[in-house]
Amino acid sequence: MNAMTERMIQLGLLVVIVGGWQLGVEAGVIDVFFFPAPFDIMKQIVAWIIDPGFYRHVSITLTETVLGYVIGTALGVAAGVWLGLSRGAYRILDPFIKALNAIPRVVLAPIFVLWLGLGLWSKVALSVTLVFFITFFNAMQGVREVNPVVLANARILGAKRSSLLTHVYFPAAASWILSSLRTSVGFAVVGAIIGEYLGASAGLGYLIAQAEGNFDAVGVFAGIMILAMFVLIIDRILDIAEARLIKWSPHSTESRAT
Amino acid sequence: MALAVVKSATTMMSPDKPRPMVSIDSVTMSFGTFIAVQNVNLTVADGEFLAIVGPTGCGKSTILNAIAGLLKPASGTVSIDGAPVHGVQNNIGYLFQQDALLPWKTALENVELGPMFKGTGANERREQSMKWLAKVGLKGFEQRYPHQLSGGQRKRVQMAQALITGPKVILMDEPFSALDIHTRHLMQNELLALWQEERRAVVMITHDLEEAIALGDRVVVLAAGPCSHVIDSFPVDLARPRDVSEIKLDPRFMDLYRNIWSSLRGEVEKSYERHD
Repeated sequence: MNAMTERMIQLGLLVVIVGGWQLGVEAGVIDVFFFPAPFDIMKQIVAWIIDPGFYRHVSITLTETVLGYVIGTALGVAAGVWLGLSRGAYRILDPFIKALNAIPRVVLAPIFVLWLGLGLWSKVALSVTLVFFITFFNAMQGVREVNPVVLANARILGAKRSSLLTHVYFPAAASWILSSLRTSVGFAVVGAIIGEYLGASAGLGYLIAQAEGNFDAVGVFAGIMILAMFVLIIDRILDIAEARLIKWSPHSTESRAT
Repeated sequence: MALAVVKSATTMMSPDKPRPMVSIDSVTMSFGTFIAVQNVNLTVADGEFLAIVGPTGCGKSTILNAIAGLLKPASGTVSIDGAPVHGVQNNIGYLFQQDALLPWKTALENVELGPMFKGTGANERREQSMKWLAKVGLKGFEQRYPHQLSGGQRKRVQMAQALITGPKVILMDEPFSALDIHTRHLMQNELLALWQEERRAVVMITHDLEEAIALGDRVVVLAAGPCSHVIDSFPVDLARPRDVSEIKLDPRFMDLYRNIWSSLRGEVEKSYERHD
């Protein structure tokens, strides 16, 4: 099957689902209170996109996501590389890490609001707790899975500990870390949105929460669509970054299993 | 007959007695309670090509790793050029059986590693590396990543990488066993040519007796493991330069092969009995 046919089938599926949905609404089979017409959702999205005030919400959510993402990733990589290299430290800290990771992060949201207020940072904190562990476990795994022969070779060639980090451990961990970055970007958004949803005065999560408060299903669905696009765009940016960073890998485009 | 002390200097071809480059004195290597090799004594002279053969699982590689300083002997001492080995050695070149190149670096960057870690300036090490890559026949492949090279080409890069630092001793752990037979012969000849240019002490581990005789100045036979030890040592007095694929037809080669095989055979059979 060539790419063209696949695209046509995908398009066909979309038309059938959305068209069927729209027809169902018009025939009165589907209750618009629960499932608003796709056409109305589109109208709402367009209305938001042409409204300058809407971008304030987008930029706030984006800032929270990016901050949570960057901080969580940086901490995760640092901790992961450290514990990957030091078995002793890992054995001591392992139960604590497991316990912390076992906490459902959503319940932390009210605590972060209590500590950090209703503003930006409580959402960033929630994002960080979600992102950290994914990156952490991947970075640790990446460091541990360094081929011992490659490591021995580098040491014989004269690599000291710092050169081993920059030339062997970090690049070896990079593909693991990058694959975790794609998973964690979704979590960064989730963290930001849940934070906003539970208490905020702006942001996409706040928009959805507000629409929900008014039983405005159109607003909720439109918000969800916007969020999906939001994540897709970030994902695409990561795609490009990954292709640039890992050009040495034989399957840099398909090796992102997580 | 538990062990045999092997005198090496006498087997050298050069008239004046060269100094010993690697000395292994009553070395025992063990992992927990498992003793891989026991009481091994070996001396490799400067410029000597020593081939060690033995059945699989006899602990051949642990001896190399002890020389490289990657493993610490349970007892006994290893010294290179008179200096005892403590920790990983940087004055050796190690050719591994597996791929040891950094996959995220190009061929050129991989060859540059040694000089870079030793602090050679960027321009100088680039120049050296280009020269070495050309020497191993990889001119024009400098910017390829390891996954873009064939198995033989990767071996060549590894050879350049190991030799560029001008090591005192070259260690080889079945370096060509993963290659197909034609590539293997080609690589063996190239290795001999490179070695002939600038003779270093070489310790090569192999399970391929033909390879050992064709390349080495001396072939040492190890007993089947565990508690492996040196059981025999055969000088190889075939003229150099040698052609690996032709030398096998030489009647002296066949005599040597018969002699060494009669010694090795018993050990190989023992090792099969233990493993099956």
